[in-house]
Amino acid sequence: MKALILTGNGLNTEKELDYSLRAAGAKTRITTLYELLDGDVDLEDFQMLALCGGFSDGDDLGAGVATAKRLGKAGDEMRRFFERDTLTYGVCNGFQILIKMGAFSSGAQRDATLTYNDSGFFYDGWVRLRVNPDSRCVFTKDLDGLYLPVRHGEGKFVTRDDEALQRLRANGQVAIQYVDRNGRVAAKFPDNPNGSVDAIAGICDTTGRIFGTMPHFEAYNHPTNNPQYTRLKRNLGELADGMEPDGIKLFRNAVAYFK
Amino acid sequence: MDSNPNTLQIAVKPEFPDAAAGSVRQDFAERGVKTESVRSARKTVFDFGLSESELKNLEAELTDPVTEFSAVNKPVNPGDFDFMVEVSRKPGVSDPEGRTAKEIAETVTGREANGKAYTSRQFFVKGANAEDLQRAAVAMLANPLIEDVQIRDYRTWDRRTGLDTLPKMATANGIRVGYIDLNVDDNALMEISTKGQLSLNLREMHRAGAEYQRTDFAEERRLLGLRPMPTDVELEVVAQTWSEHCKHKIFNAAVRYVDKETGQAFGVDSIFRTFIKDTTEELAKTDKWKDVLVSVFKDNAGIVKFNGTHNALMKVETHNSPSAKDPYGGALTGVNGCHRDIMGAGIGAELIASTDVLCFGNPDYGGYLPPTILHPDRVRKGVFKGIEHAGNKTGIPTVNGSVFFHDSFLGKPLVFCGSVGMMPAEINGRRTDEKSIEPGYLAVMVGGRVGKDGIHGATFSSGTLTETSPSSAVQIGDPIVQKRAYDFLIEARNRGLYEAITDNGAGGLSSSLGEMAQISGGCEIYLDKVPLKYEGMQPWEIMISESQERMSVAVKPEKIKEFEELSRKYRVESAVVGKFTASGKFHATYGDEVVAHLDMDFLHNGVPKMELEAEWQRIMHNDDPVIANDYDLTAELASILARPNIASKERLVRKFDHEVQGGSVGKPFVGVNNDGPADAAVIRPFLDSDEGIILSHGVNPLYGQVDTYHMTANAIDEAIRGVIAVGGDMDRIVFNDNFCWPSPLEDKKKMAQLVRANMALRDYCLEYETPCISGKDSMTIDTTYTGQNGEKQKISGLPTVLISAMAKMADVRNYVSMDAKKAGDIVYVLGATKDEMGGSEFYGMHGAIGDSVPVVDAKSAKALYRSVSDATRKGLVASMHDVSQGGLGVALAETAFAGGYGMDADLSRLRAQGVDKNYKAMFSESAGRFVVTVDPAKADEFEQTLGNDQYARIGRVTSGDGFYVRGLDGQTAVAASIHELKGAWQSRFGWN
Repeated sequence: MKALILTGNGLNTEKELDYSLRAAGAKTRITTLYELLDGDVDLEDFQMLALCGGFSDGDDLGAGVATAKRLGKAGDEMRRFFERDTLTYGVCNGFQILIKMGAFSSGAQRDATLTYNDSGFFYDGWVRLRVNPDSRCVFTKDLDGLYLPVRHGEGKFVTRDDEALQRLRANGQVAIQYVDRNGRVAAKFPDNPNGSVDAIAGICDTTGRIFGTMPHFEAYNHPTNNPQYTRLKRNLGELADGMEPDGIKLFRNAVAYFK
Repeated sequence: MDSNPNTLQIAVKPEFPDAAAGSVRQDFAERGVKTESVRSARKTVFDFGLSESELKNLEAELTDPVTEFSAVNKPVNPGDFDFMVEVSRKPGVSDPEGRTAKEIAETVTGREANGKAYTSRQFFVKGANAEDLQRAAVAMLANPLIEDVQIRDYRTWDRRTGLDTLPKMATANGIRVGYIDLNVDDNALMEISTKGQLSLNLREMHRAGAEYQRTDFAEERRLLGLRPMPTDVELEVVAQTWSEHCKHKIFNAAVRYVDKETGQAFGVDSIFRTFIKDTTEELAKTDKWKDVLVSVFKDNAGIVKFNGTHNALMKVETHNSPSAKDPYGGALTGVNGCHRDIMGAGIGAELIASTDVLCFGNPDYGGYLPPTILHPDRVRKGVFKGIEHAGNKTGIPTVNGSVFFHDSFLGKPLVFCGSVGMMPAEINGRRTDEKSIEPGYLAVMVGGRVGKDGIHGATFSSGTLTETSPSSAVQIGDPIVQKRAYDFLIEARNRGLYEAITDNGAGGLSSSLGEMAQISGGCEIYLDKVPLKYEGMQPWEIMISESQERMSVAVKPEKIKEFEELSRKYRVESAVVGKFTASGKFHATYGDEVVAHLDMDFLHNGVPKMELEAEWQRIMHNDDPVIANDYDLTAELASILARPNIASKERLVRKFDHEVQGGSVGKPFVGVNNDGPADAAVIRPFLDSDEGIILSHGVNPLYGQVDTYHMTANAIDEAIRGVIAVGGDMDRIVFNDNFCWPSPLEDKKKMAQLVRANMALRDYCLEYETPCISGKDSMTIDTTYTGQNGEKQKISGLPTVLISAMAKMADVRNYVSMDAKKAGDIVYVLGATKDEMGGSEFYGMHGAIGDSVPVVDAKSAKALYRSVSDATRKGLVASMHDVSQGGLGVALAETAFAGGYGMDADLSRLRAQGVDKNYKAMFSESAGRFVVTVDPAKADEFEQTLGNDQYARIGRVTSGDGFYVRGLDGQTAVAASIHELKGAWQSRFGWN
């Protein structure tokens, strides 16, 4: 599987996204937004597109807004890519860009967005997640009980109204949700780090092939990334080093999709 | 098409919470201004032609259809309000959002905009009065140096009328190069220096004047059309180059040191050379270091070998004066400026981590402050926001740091910004640590444009902060511009498109090109070719402006086309602004006119050497407090845990991204709930390898009140302990040294303190075999102001040495965290506890300083650290925590509550010397100690690995939540629950 990793203009997680995809068995190329806009790279050559996290355009004017607009110039090419049997993953700022491009909307009107955290501040911390078994998401197949870091100031998922939320649920678009220590859907900070409705941390489009998440799968690519690593090691010994990180598991699903 | 300015206002729909307004409401409440409601709006003014449909399109693009609503050329209607508070930038102040808005407008219209876009924030307030709002807005929202606040009353505000004035820069009236006659009397000379913010002393003014008396030089100038006196450009270039900030005149001075106590007296020719550089050079000759130290003390950062293919880099800078004036902008440009040191070392390196150590006045300071000094809590908030934006927005993890509070830092905070980098040792067969510049190479400026922001930063920071210190010295950063430049330059480096690089920091182009020109032997600078933010800057301003996000590079003429093409690809501005020569001259022109022509040798070596006196006389405090209740220290422990210097900073630090780049191992907060205080950071720089880098530091200005020699020794030992505590070893530790000092120019004692600090640096670096590879000094942490009764006042920060350590870790899977891991594990204390209460946090809590500061016994510590490293390498240690501020009591409590377990400990089992009181055993800050917990099954092997005289078994980790410490007499000295102790520790700092 060949994946194109999109960075530049303030996006910044290409190093770990690249490593995680390769560790899961993908072939990768890192490219900049500029190369895509200038036609130096052809999406036709790839089966997966991964949009990095970061601060494209510094989050000026709202996270992802400016870059979504810039990418509009490659809009037709991206639409053709989405329509093909391809996968797309956007993490954090990449998710914000995708949602603001309308990549998850079935109709013309966009009725979900990512906005400022209820807390009003940027927060870096690890969160627990459940995987919605009813989701169509290709990436999260057979996964559950995830533990990942979030790092954002604008990650609160909201919909225009309750109907829009019901539609997402009915379409199997709700992929992952924040949960508390006991596995219950989390309403409060810091388990739900931003105040997302229904504790939604990641959604997919109606085909399950386009996936956006606020938590950083690519940042859990090695056993030692897990903040509980030293505690696991005290209890499990060397076994702790053999546990496959959640980030790599996710990308294995992406690679497996094309087998 | 309408060429009038067009205004777009965007607000959050009433049914969604307005986070920006919420935090402003909280800020107002903190200033005692109660409001019923606050709503906010973002305003953008496009000051260029847009058609109606383009404007509609822009509105649709920039407004979130789910959560926001907007209005064009009329105010949004945010509902009921009494006052509208608008915060806008002053003319000339960078407006990153305005820059982005303009770029998006250009994307929408498909053509270049012939004007700027300006953004501002509006707050619609109900339920307060205008005066209170003005006061609160200036106190909490806006910095009057760079921002304007306007308040509109709902009843009188005509919301239909036109726009307020835009913060456009006024166009200056003609370009002019002036001459300054230095052939005047001494008073007039000093007036030139002071009024011109040159910070040159009389000897230096004389030296500068003498240069123009040389007849051959005068003749050379005549032929170029220059008069035999300095142009304004030249005098500014000399002042920047000779500034304390750039030349470190105090560290290079000839010093006469007298110790009144011992009668010892000696001369030092350059503290820097004698104690720091020579020490590193001695170590560089040893087998341990000879192949590791690649480039030390000669570039923007120290460079050491990391592995067979890569070199690691480290640099720690300070940005104290700018952060005093504008905490947000000062810290942001401090961090991003230090990033540029890594980008500009050798031929440029990748950035892999940032660190921040901060010293502020006490957060609850309630005394008098003049209007020119910001409250320390405001300073702290601004500095944290600046660090957050600088690191997060450029994708560099902020992994290690600390915060220290003391009221001596009310005038100038200390803002230490550290950066760590990595570079391939060779690229295309060429060593990356060396810059190469031949005559004929082009001088190219990359990144941001030049404006009037940041003029006189170098000279300003070299002096005492006064009420009239220039606001122009404040720089506002735009991290995304730097991130784009960084991405471009790394690609250009990998393709071999340039030969040398350095950053534009203090002194601007005069310093960056002036320093690079030393390699080729001269330069020509074309000031009229420098891209400007706006018209009308004078040549001297262009030369020395410290506008941010700029790098200077040397490009071979045959590669300039490819360089410029790649630059355009990354949407980064690059301009050829000069050429390197071998003329021996620093030469600058503006159009056809020569505006500077200086001898390189005069410029770089002409500054007269300072001669300074140092006299050491120990002052005894004799103020050891009487602790009446030594049998129950429970309340003392809870109180010390809540002290600002000890309390948890988690809620402040979680706003920094410490995980980006995917190699985070040792995080700032660890333990069962990820909230215990880690001793050091561990990162994995190469994701496909288990090799790691450890970053830690040591700092404690309180000890310097007794003796800066021991303060420095303790800083070194603490930095090393941090490395050892997380599973590192002594094999590959290097340091960056930072000295922040109150001016020792006319103070023999402060100079003696500086000499003593450096003596310790040498002694302990040699003993531990840990070289300094880079460093920085900031020699004027003084502030003068007018007191309440009109009297002159001065605040001087405590002399402070920060030692930042970088160490290689062979395998990150040996990482050890500080939290107790399992009930039943054995608790050990390693190292000896002594009666060393001087400068301790416990004494501080009792209003005392004391005299017996911890004395570092490096020989035994070194032996202990070696055997501890063996134990961690063998996987024998479950947890380890450095014992530092707050002593053993704090370290034991933190170990327990971070792990979520109780603990039983017995002080009578400690290895102790002269400790006759429980409070001494609990709170003495003796160096060289750790709290360790070990699986009982591994205890024997652990003890054998350590050797008999190194450890004391003092207790057990327990399954409940009880924290019990038995005193020296066998009676219970502390009985508390870990929740109670943790609560005290966490209660001090909130999220705001």
